[in-house]
Amino acid sequence: MTTEVSAAEEFVPPSAPDFWQPLVGDGAFALTRSMVVMVLVTIGLAVVMMLVTRRLAVVPGRGQFRLEGMYGLVRNSIGRDIIGSAHFKPYIPLLFTLFTLILVNNLMGIIPPIQFPTMSRIGFPLALALGVYVVYLVAGVRRRGIGGFLKNLVPSGLPLFVVPVVFVLELVTFLITRPVTLTLRLFGNMFAGHILLLLFALGGEFLLLHGDGLLKLVSIPAFLMFFLFSAFEILIAFLQAYVFILLASIYIAEVYADDH
Amino acid sequence: MEGNLAIIGYGLSAIGPGIGIGLIFAAYVAGVARQPEVRGVLQTIAILGFVLCEQLAIFGIALAFVFSG
Repeated sequence: MTTEVSAAEEFVPPSAPDFWQPLVGDGAFALTRSMVVMVLVTIGLAVVMMLVTRRLAVVPGRGQFRLEGMYGLVRNSIGRDIIGSAHFKPYIPLLFTLFTLILVNNLMGIIPPIQFPTMSRIGFPLALALGVYVVYLVAGVRRRGIGGFLKNLVPSGLPLFVVPVVFVLELVTFLITRPVTLTLRLFGNMFAGHILLLLFALGGEFLLLHGDGLLKLVSIPAFLMFFLFSAFEILIAFLQAYVFILLASIYIAEVYADDH
Repeated sequence: MEGNLAIIGYGLSAIGPGIGIGLIFAAYVAGVARQPEVRGVLQTIAILGFVLCEQLAIFGIALAFVFSG
């Protein structure tokens, strides 16, 4: 019977090391798959943006219309509505860049020839989150000065004995929790989503090739779930890009909020 | 039967955010059903709440992998 041979092989579930894929070299200076995807996405975005915006028309064509729709979403429903109409303009390039870069990088997780989400390596979301971190800290210090910035952490009118506690809590939120959650959210979503896809694909493949008898049939729902979750990942990709700039703009907006 | 306790822990810890996200979207649906014109405002707030709630589950999955290693 062939079942004895197949039972000996063991299913290895996907785990974190599956995402470390060096193409050239090894160790800290390796050229990894996620780096290549990131560079491709950056070049692709730059080319598309420049091609579409080279000949701008009053009556937009198809490409310009779509790009304007996306720009409008970032500019109006996030930038203007959250940061406020007085101060939002300098931040629009940052928000729009972050949105498009994260969106396309996330979509690369399911687009067939590439199928690797860049953000599932924590370094990439960390770099983006640190960018936002520097922006809202510098904006806050520039607007109020360091003393005013620290003073503004504590809402006025608190009883005196609560002030130190609230100050420490707010300082920790500002300096540690925010960049960490911003990073981990994007990383965790892309990592968890992709590992789920890997699990369905590898599990389905294992059941089909190594399963005994009727177990082979179970691979059909596994592959169906793979397709279902691929579609679901499109939603997640968009949602995570949206959420990243939503939170970035909320952090920036707090700089300009006069009351706490 | 082999396995990892960290994954069971993650499953348990996902209950909290699951309930939280359910409550948030229940409130969002109820709000939009009562006043359809505030949909845009509510959507941003609902997604913000969803995200803040979901981050607990995301921490959980990160820690599950840390402890399973």
